[in-house]
Amino acid sequence: MKKSELGKEFSDGKVIIKQGDVGDFMYEILDGRVEVFQERDGQEVQLAVLGKGDFFGEMAIFERAKRSATVRARGQVRVLTVDKKILLRRISEDPSLALRILGRMSHRIREMDDELVRLRTLK
Amino acid sequence: MLHLDENSRVAVIGAGPAGTFFSYFLFAMAERVGLGVQLDIFESRDFTIPGPAGCNMCGGIVSESLVQTLATEGIELPSTVIQRGIDSYVLHMDVGSVKIETPFQEKRIGAVHRGAGPLGSQEGRVNGFDAFLLQLAKDKKANLVSGRVEEVRWKDDRPVVKVSGRESRVYDLLVVAVGVNSATLKLFEDLDIPYVPPETTKTFICEYALGSEKIGNHLGSSMHTYLLNIPRLEFAAIIPKGEYATVCMLGKRIDKDLVQSFLNSPEVIRCLPPDWNFQQHVCRCMPRINIKGSARPFADRLIFVGDCGISRLYKDGIGAAYKTAKAAAVTAVFTGISKDALRRRFWPACRKLERDNRIGKWIFSSVGILQSFPFARRAILRMAAKEQQNKAMPQRMSTSLWDLFTGSAPYRDVLLRMAHPFFLSRLIGNILIELWPFRTKKRIGRRHEKE
Repeated sequence: MKKSELGKEFSDGKVIIKQGDVGDFMYEILDGRVEVFQERDGQEVQLAVLGKGDFFGEMAIFERAKRSATVRARGQVRVLTVDKKILLRRISEDPSLALRILGRMSHRIREMDDELVRLRTLK
Repeated sequence: MLHLDENSRVAVIGAGPAGTFFSYFLFAMAERVGLGVQLDIFESRDFTIPGPAGCNMCGGIVSESLVQTLATEGIELPSTVIQRGIDSYVLHMDVGSVKIETPFQEKRIGAVHRGAGPLGSQEGRVNGFDAFLLQLAKDKKANLVSGRVEEVRWKDDRPVVKVSGRESRVYDLLVVAVGVNSATLKLFEDLDIPYVPPETTKTFICEYALGSEKIGNHLGSSMHTYLLNIPRLEFAAIIPKGEYATVCMLGKRIDKDLVQSFLNSPEVIRCLPPDWNFQQHVCRCMPRINIKGSARPFADRLIFVGDCGISRLYKDGIGAAYKTAKAAAVTAVFTGISKDALRRRFWPACRKLERDNRIGKWIFSSVGILQSFPFARRAILRMAAKEQQNKAMPQRMSTSLWDLFTGSAPYRDVLLRMAHPFFLSRLIGNILIELWPFRTKKRIGRRHEKE
């Protein structure tokens, strides 16, 4: 990692968050890509591949449920950890800070709707 | 109620972080509600020129909380702007030193140059923080007007701004985002507004060209902070950057003697390369900083953000600029630009900072008192060093010091942590150990330092 880079690096295949764990952090991808997948009956079902500028683990910020999926580095990846406590405090002071997260979550719901329609049409 | 309409004209004086954050967020919020505004941002400095001419004079630390907040806003600080990522700090006292690391050894503090680097830097080699933020604002369609503002007045209850060599222009909203060192602040003295400039104190900042390798070997990726028993010195730090190390000092009546006694202290000398000479600095300045905010940083169609309004005591001035600038932008778009609207929505964000500063003043005074007793200094060091040796134990002293020196958390949080019965009982316990006449000569802090 270069001296002038922020965040933390994960090498290829390294698990950043694990399904079922309890988390207090959200992650911003500063460089590289990660894959998001759920484990079902011993099989990995890929949900998404995220890249630079995207974030993951945001559900832990808004609900106290366990991590819904595992996120693994795909190649070398650099992420910035965002503390739940800092973020919630800032959102309580300035609710507009949550707009980008809400926008991204809304975009993901839209993608899931499309996927649902595609699957139902297949049947 | 006064508010911004389609094609409203906004003037921002000062393209430092407060001015550029305001411009960026004003456009971002206006876009969300489908409002088109025109914004001129006035700046007399050229941030691409190395040295004082292109620099807004500051230590250049982007705090842990600001790095995270900006990332959440979608603003990533590129590695071309960050001179060095900081993942730890070393607290130096005459009784020893202790290195305090973040729980995940993650670099979440950014050391930056505000301008294009110190005097003597090759032009275009250093990407300054202020130039980066200005580009973000320009990308959002802010119009940069280069030149010194020479007149501000009212015309039909609207602000008028005149820049040397240009025609004066009437605006719907004027945002003042100049530093406390700027002569522009004088323009508001005769403006018939209740604005009172902030109280300030002098600081000392100088830069040494040590080279990247030596900085890496001697300072690493740690911010070095000093709690020394030097009269009038409240706090000092050495910040490692790309090719340079920045020395920052805060204290009462900073003068040449105080600077020399700090730079010649053994605690400073032992951190720096053997061939380092304190007189061979490449750039230095003695800027003033805000220590008590303006009582009324707003009026109808007029807002003061950043240092000329309310800032944070001693730490995280850039974070305070972000907070007040964003509060001003959100208020202007969603609530209005009248005195009443600003009092309702913008002022609470400022008042919160100012209240926290009062707690900060109290904490720094208490630390100053403790600092003057060698047994108390040893007790602080012992407590922090023990926590660093055993990461499984609660990091009460380490996190308190971390938040206090990095400005990562409000002073209120630091006070609550320090007032916790477990913290106090452990601190008193360590003080008693240090005062115990038969204690062993070995000291944990010194041992930790050797390791």
